[in-house]
Amino acid sequence: MDLAQLFDPAIFPVLAADGLTNGAVYALLSLALVLVFAVTRVIFVAQGEFVSFGALTLASLQLGKVPGTLWLVLALLAISAVVEGISQLRQGQGRRAGMVLLSALGISAGLWALLTWLAPLKLALPLQVLLTLLLVVPLGPMTYRLTFMPLREASTLVLLIAAVSLHLILSGLGLAFFGAEGSRTPAFAEGQITLGQVQLSAQSLVTILVSAVLMLALYFFFDRTLAGKALRATAVNRLGARLSGISPVRAGYVSFTLAAAIGALSGLLIGPSTPLSYDSGFLIGLKGFVGAIVGGLVSYPVAALGALLVGLLESFASFSFSAWKEVIVFGLILPVLLWRSLTTRHAEEEE
Amino acid sequence: MSLLSVQDLHVNYGRVEALHGVSLEVGAGQIVSVIGPNGAGKTTLLSALAGVLPSRGTALYQGEALSSLSVEERVRRGLVMVPEKRELFGSMTVADNLLLGSYSRRSRSQVGTDLENIYARFPRLLERRKQLAGTLSGGEQQMLAIGRALMTAPKLLMLDEPSLGLAPIIVREIFKIVESLRASGVTVLLVEQNARAALACSDHGYVLETGDVKLSGPAQQLADDPAVTSAYLGSQES
Amino acid sequence: MKLGSRTWLALAFFAVIALLPFLLPTFYLTLLGNVGIYALVALGLVLLTGVAGSTSFGQAAFMGVGAYTSAVLCLRFGLSPWLTLFAAVVVTGVVALILGAITLRMQGHFLPLATIAWGLSLYYTFGNAPFTGGFTGLTGVPPISLFGMALNTPSRFYWLVWAVLALCAWVTQNLLQSRTGRAMRALRGGVTVAESFGVNTYVLRVQTFLLSAVLAALAGWLYAHGQGFINPTPFGLSQGIEFLFMAVVGGSGSVGGAILGAGLITLLRDQLQNLLPKLLGQSGDFVTPVFGILVILMLQVAREGLWPLLERILPRPSQTLMPGTERLPIHTKPASGEELLRLEGVSKHFGGLKAVNGVSFSLNSGEILGLIGPNGAGKSTLFNVISGVLPPTAGHITLRGQDISRFASRQIARLGMARTFQHVKLFPEMTLLGNAMMGGYTRAHAGVTRSLLHLERSEEAALQHAAAEQLTRVGLGDVFELAGNLPLGQQRILEIARALVADPTLLLLDEPAAGLRLGEKRELAALLRKLQGEGVTILIVEHDMDLVMNVVDRLVVMNYGEKLAEGTPREIQQHPAVREAYLGGAA
Repeated sequence: MDLAQLFDPAIFPVLAADGLTNGAVYALLSLALVLVFAVTRVIFVAQGEFVSFGALTLASLQLGKVPGTLWLVLALLAISAVVEGISQLRQGQGRRAGMVLLSALGISAGLWALLTWLAPLKLALPLQVLLTLLLVVPLGPMTYRLTFMPLREASTLVLLIAAVSLHLILSGLGLAFFGAEGSRTPAFAEGQITLGQVQLSAQSLVTILVSAVLMLALYFFFDRTLAGKALRATAVNRLGARLSGISPVRAGYVSFTLAAAIGALSGLLIGPSTPLSYDSGFLIGLKGFVGAIVGGLVSYPVAALGALLVGLLESFASFSFSAWKEVIVFGLILPVLLWRSLTTRHAEEEE
Repeated sequence: MSLLSVQDLHVNYGRVEALHGVSLEVGAGQIVSVIGPNGAGKTTLLSALAGVLPSRGTALYQGEALSSLSVEERVRRGLVMVPEKRELFGSMTVADNLLLGSYSRRSRSQVGTDLENIYARFPRLLERRKQLAGTLSGGEQQMLAIGRALMTAPKLLMLDEPSLGLAPIIVREIFKIVESLRASGVTVLLVEQNARAALACSDHGYVLETGDVKLSGPAQQLADDPAVTSAYLGSQES
Repeated sequence: MKLGSRTWLALAFFAVIALLPFLLPTFYLTLLGNVGIYALVALGLVLLTGVAGSTSFGQAAFMGVGAYTSAVLCLRFGLSPWLTLFAAVVVTGVVALILGAITLRMQGHFLPLATIAWGLSLYYTFGNAPFTGGFTGLTGVPPISLFGMALNTPSRFYWLVWAVLALCAWVTQNLLQSRTGRAMRALRGGVTVAESFGVNTYVLRVQTFLLSAVLAALAGWLYAHGQGFINPTPFGLSQGIEFLFMAVVGGSGSVGGAILGAGLITLLRDQLQNLLPKLLGQSGDFVTPVFGILVILMLQVAREGLWPLLERILPRPSQTLMPGTERLPIHTKPASGEELLRLEGVSKHFGGLKAVNGVSFSLNSGEILGLIGPNGAGKSTLFNVISGVLPPTAGHITLRGQDISRFASRQIARLGMARTFQHVKLFPEMTLLGNAMMGGYTRAHAGVTRSLLHLERSEEAALQHAAAEQLTRVGLGDVFELAGNLPLGQQRILEIARALVADPTLLLLDEPAAGLRLGEKRELAALLRKLQGEGVTILIVEHDMDLVMNVVDRLVVMNYGEKLAEGTPREIQQHPAVREAYLGGAA
C-alpha cells in the first residue's frame, strides 16, 4: 500500500474535498443527535433512517411514483390520532379528542389527494424537494409521540433500546416501500468548479454551503430565538424549564421535528454523490454518531468537528483501504472513547 | 374568596405517605406562610401544588381543580413555584434565564416593561445580566430565581425556603422583597424554616409537622405560641 | 441436601428437553438447538442488562469472535474443537476486556454505543480479513466429538447444546445467589450505594461484561461446529440487537427470562418468516420490524419482560436459612473512649460556594455524636466527605489514626465505616435477608469463580447467619419478606441492619428520622439507645430535634458551612447562637 500516494498533489485535494463534503453532512447529523439527546435523553440511533427516507422519497417522485413514505405517514397519523384521542378522552376532554381525530382525518385526506395528484406530474426539482420534506419531516414528531413520549421517565438505557427498535422498524419499512435497490437523486447543481488547485463538483460546493448555512441557522435559532433558548433550557434543567412554563413534551416534539428535517435534508444532499438504499442511511447516521461521541454527546461544536474528521478519515481510508473503510471509521470510536474516559470525570448515574 | 383552597391533600412517595391530608386556604393578596421543622413535608406540599409531584385530594385554584393540569399549564395560569434548589439554567446568562420566565406568556407587549421592573427591583441582576447564572452567589441566584418566576406574570407565587443557606443580611433583603411583592398585587405562599422572619411578614400561618397541619392561625398569634418553638428545638424527655 | 420446588421444576424442564429428540422431527430439533445457543447469549445479557444495569448490542459480534477463532484454528491447524474452545474464550475475553476497560468508567450509555460501532467494524472485519473466507465464509468446520463420537446428527448436537445451556444456567443462577451476584445487582442502584458496601464497581462491571462475552463466545463455538460452516451474517449488528430483544421480551432480570425470550423470539421468527411475506405479497425480512414494534410495546407496558408474569404462577423460592457453623471474622474494636474519628479543618468548596469550611471535631469509641444544623448548613456535604463520596478541598480526616482524607468510599468501608442513606437505597425486589447480606460484602471473600460453582457455601451460610442475626437485633423478624413491602420506618431500620452486618467500628446515619411518623421515630430512638448500650459508635446527621436530643451524647452544630457550637444536648438547647440559627432572628 503506498500511503505516499495520498499526499500526491493531484489526489490529496480531491480526497480532502470529498471528505469535507461528506463530513459536512455528518456534522449536520451529529448536531441533530446532540440536540435530541440533550433535550430528551434519547440516543437517536434511528436518525439515519430519515436520511434514506429523504433520498428515496425524492427518488420515487423523480420516477413519478407516489412514494411509500405517504402510507407510513398516513398510518402513523392514524395511530397517533387514536392514541392521542384516547389520552384526551381519559382526561375528560371529549371535544378535544374529537378535534384530534377529525383534523388527523382531514390532514390525511389532504396529503393523499395532494400526493396522488402531484406525484405523477414529475414537478420541478425544488417542488419535489418540498413534497419530500412534507412527507419525511412529520415522521419525526410522530415517532416521538408513539415511541419516546410514553417512555419519557424511563432510563437512558430503555430509551436507547427503543431507539434501536425504531431503527429496525423504519429500515424494514424502507425495504418494503423502496425495495433493496439503491437510488441516486439528482444533483442540485451540475458541473465542476476550479478553486486554485482543487477541482470541486458544483454539487459538493452546494452540499458544503447548504450545510454551513443550516448550521448557522441552528446557531441563530439556539442563540437568538426564545423557542431555541427554551430547547437549551430544557436540556440544561428540565425541572427549571417546566417551572418556567416550558413543556418538555413540546421540546421533545420540536427536537424530533428538527432531527427529521436535518435527516431528510442530509439525504437530499448526499443522495447525488452516493446511491442510497433503505439501509445505507443507518451507516451514515452512525458516522454522525461517531462525531457526536467525540463531543461527548454534549458539545455542538466539538461534535461537528468530530464529524468532519470522520468524513475526512473515511475519504482517505476508502482510497487506500477501501474494503476496510467502515472498520477504520467505526474503529475510531475506541481511541475516542478511551480519550474521553481518561479526560472526563466519571459521573454518578442513578437509574 | 380564596385564591387557592386545598382540602385533604395526600402525597405518597411510593408506598410511603408524606402528607396525610393537609388543608389550607390562601386568600388573594395575602402572604401565607407554612413553617415547620425539616422533614415536615413543606417542600412536598409546594411541589404537589406546583404539579411536580402527584397528589390526592382537592386543590382549587381560582375555582378550578388543579388535578388534571400539568406543571406548565399551572404556570400559564399564574400558579408558579420558586423551588428550594432554584433550578436555574446554570450555563445560560442571567438575561436569558429571566427571558425564559416569560416563555408561556401569550401577550409579549408587557414583557419588556416587566424585565425593566425586575432589573429595577434587583439591580444586582442588571449588573450581571451577561454573566452565566451558575457563576452567581447564593443570594444572587435566589434573586434570579424569584425574578424568573416574576417574569411568568404570577398571580400566586410559591416560594420554597427562599432564605436557605443565605447569610443573615441577605435573608433580610429577601424578606423585604417578599413583602414588596404583596404591594405589587402578587399573592405569596411562603414555605420557611426561618419561622420568626416568615411569620413577621405574613398574614396567616400554618405549622406543619410530620405531614400534618399541627397549628394554624393569624401569623402574629403563632409567633407568640410556645408550641412553635418546641416543634423546632424539640423537648427533652426526663 | 433438600432441593427447593423451583429446583425440581428446573430439573423437570430439562428432563423434558432431554426427551424431546424421541418425540420431535429433525426440523424442530435444529430449531430448538438454535434456541439453546441463543439462550446462552441471552443469559449473558441477563447478567449485563437485567442484573448489572448496562447493555450491549455487540453480543453477536462476540459470538462471531468465538466462532471464527475456533473455526480458523481447527481448519488451519487441525486442532480439536475442545482445544480451540479454550482459544475462543480467551480471544473473546481479551477483546471484551479492552472494550469494557475503555467504556465502563463512563456513563452507562457509552458501552452500548461502543458495542454498536464495534459490532459493525467486526462484521466488516469478518467479511474482509484474509483468513476468514470473506463474505462467503468458511466451510468444513469439524463437528465436536465426545468420547470418540461425533456430535453431528441433529439430535446429538441438540443434546450437547442443551447440556451446555443447562450447565451455564445453573452456574449463572449460582452466581446470582452469591456475594458477587448481590454486588452485581447493587450496581443498578448506582455507584455510590455499591461502593459504600466496599464494592469496586468499575472492576465488577468489567467482570460482568467479560462473563457475558464469554457466554457469547461459547455460543459461537457451538454454532460454528454445529453448522459446519460460518459466514459474517449471523454475527452482524442486527443479530446483536435481536439477542437484546430476547432478553427484553423474556425478562432480563432472571435466568428463566433468557431461555423464555430466546425460545419465543426464535419460534416466532420461524412462524412469521413464512407468514409475513405472504400477507404483504412481498419478499424480504419483515420479521425484524415486527419484533421492533413488539419490543417498543413491551418497554411501554411490561418493561420487566414476560418472565415476572410467568413467575407469579410458580411456587415461591425456598425460604430456609442454610445450615452451617462457620462464622464471619469479627473486627477488633477500639477500647471504649479511645479517639476513633478526627476531623481537622475540613473544607469542601464547590466553585465559589463554601459548603463546608474549616470544620474540626472528634468522635470517641462508644459515643453517639449528633451533627445538626439548619437546612443548607452543609451537614450532608460533610457527611459525604467523611464517607469518601466527595474528596475534601482542604483538611484532614483520620480514622483510628489513619489518614483517610483521600480514600474512596469503598476503601473507607473496608476500614470498618458503614453508612445508611438519606433517601433509602434498598433493593425492593430482594428479601430483607438479601438486602442485609449486601452489607457484609467486605467480610466475605468469594469471587466470581467460587460463586459460579457454589464453592463458597459455608461462607454464604455464615453471611446469612450474620445478616439474620442483625435483622433480629434490630427487630425485623420476617427475613424472607421483600424489602419493598416494608413501610418507610422499617426500611430505614433495615438499612441500619444492613450497615451493622458489616460489623462496623463506626456507623454513619444520614437523617434516619426523615419522613418517619411519630411511632416510627420512637422505635428508631429505642433502637439507637439499644445500640448505644451495646457499645456501637454512631455519627448521626439529623434534623429531628426530639430524636437527637434524646439519644446523642454530644452534638456538633453547623451553620453556613462552619461549626457553630459543640456540647451536650442541654448545653446546645440553651445556646443563644443555636436558637438564633434555628428559629431565625426577627426580620
